Amino acid sequence: MSLIIENLTVDHGAIRAINDVSFTVKKGELAALIGANGAGKTTLLRTLSGLNKPTHGKATWSATNLLHSKPEMLVRHGVSHVSEGKSVIPELTVEENLEIGALWRSNKKEMQQSKKTILDLFPRLGERLEQRADTLSGGERQMLALGRSLMSKPELLLLDEPSLGLAPLVVEQIFQSIRELTKSMGITILLVEQNAMGALKIADVGIVLNLGTIAVTGAAESLIADPAVRAAYLGY
Amino acid sequence: MIQLLNTLLIGITAGSIYSLMAIAMVLVWRSTRVVNFAQAGMALLSTYFGYEVIQLTHSYWIALPVAMLAGAVVASAIELIIMRLLLKHSSQGAIASIAPIIATLGLLGLIKSVIGYFWGNQDLSLESPLSNVGFTLGSDTLAISPLKLFIIIAVAFLVLTLSFIFQKTNLGLALRASAYSPEISRLAGIKVDLVRTIGWALAGAAGGAAGMLQTANGTGTLSPDSLEFSLLLAFGFIAAVIGGLDSLVGAVIGALVLGLVLAFVLTYIGGSLVFITAFVLLLVILLIRPGGIISQKAGRRA
Repeated sequence: MSLIIENLTVDHGAIRAINDVSFTVKKGELAALIGANGAGKTTLLRTLSGLNKPTHGKATWSATNLLHSKPEMLVRHGVSHVSEGKSVIPELTVEENLEIGALWRSNKKEMQQSKKTILDLFPRLGERLEQRADTLSGGERQMLALGRSLMSKPELLLLDEPSLGLAPLVVEQIFQSIRELTKSMGITILLVEQNAMGALKIADVGIVLNLGTIAVTGAAESLIADPAVRAAYLGY
Repeated sequence: MIQLLNTLLIGITAGSIYSLMAIAMVLVWRSTRVVNFAQAGMALLSTYFGYEVIQLTHSYWIALPVAMLAGAVVASAIELIIMRLLLKHSSQGAIASIAPIIATLGLLGLIKSVIGYFWGNQDLSLESPLSNVGFTLGSDTLAISPLKLFIIIAVAFLVLTLSFIFQKTNLGLALRASAYSPEISRLAGIKVDLVRTIGWALAGAAGGAAGMLQTANGTGTLSPDSLEFSLLLAFGFIAAVIGGLDSLVGAVIGALVLGLVLAFVLTYIGGSLVFITAFVLLLVILLIRPGGIISQKAGRRA
């Protein structure tokens, strides 16, 4: 069981956003997809969750074809995408934001159990269940977005820029939580990050995307140690 | 004194019927961001189905739920067949925001023609199930009859049922989530397309109820060019805008405000100013509080 992407190409109108990209993420691995602004990271993630249409190529998660499926159907096959920018619904309460992640299972008991697991993981959310999501801080919103995604019991988690707009200390907390998800729940994660250093530090493997093509892949530690990667993407 | 009481009663009865129409507009707006001008035609068509049921069974009480069901079916069909295609194929460019609205206007004409084709253009009469003669208080006649009392109770029941669905059920949560953020809802696993169709179906049912109640309370006649249904559309729309177009609670409040204002104008100023008042009220709201009379934050809750 692994995420296999083969020769994936995605066009935005006349612009080729992703060009012939292939890579594999093994089950239980945390892969960091890094690269500069406009490298195509978000496009790649949105294509894997069914929000964008591919031009050609293949992408599968175990037996599930990720391309040409609707996102709401992929959730039913264990694939969950947390989109960029604190993917919560501001008008709903914290509790409702969690619950929408489990509505498709239409099983009240399972929903309550998942909620309990997630509130143990993020106790701060438990104190704010009745509050509207837009009263939360940036870090809490990101926790809520993660929590909503976990409500659907994903096997593969696609995370888009969880660190966006957060204070450094909060970023560290969020990254630690993400790391724990892989280890304690066995969830496979593809993490897209602008904060390349932070992402590589918690990741098992790194994939560097440059202008829609793969520049480098490898174990996360070896990418951190690679002088070329350091100079181009880690900023020192 | 009795005149004041009667004016209030007339306003509340009219307002309750407008509120069903306003709710129908809000439900469609929330689920697909379309102002549905075909709502009057859909309500009219539902009422014609109700008329047929009365011919068959001689019972308004069977006809009312059947008309609501017919409204739901017609609305779902329109959403599935026309709106989905339209939203898919004209989702880009200047036409995107206008095409669906123009389509609903076209649909209004189409539905009226279909009704004319099947039922003819003459007036059909729909008998009121209850007496519309006012109760008496001493020597005075009140503007509340068994029929009007039934209308108010029926509308209150429907509004409470809807608000229960929206606030307490999983379907309601899915309806609200999909209205606020279709993309996040999809990513959470909600079948947003299906939820939209359900939103239209609920709107169709509310419109069907409005049509049946308005016809019984009004002239008791049906025709494809019914002035009553055009007014129902106009007043329902104005009420929805007063309420902020996005809120069910707002729609009900907007409708009651509109019903009361129009009743007072009718009693104390004169019938000729009723329509003007409705549109002036619309303009004033749009100028002072374009987001509606109740705050956006509270409004989107229900």
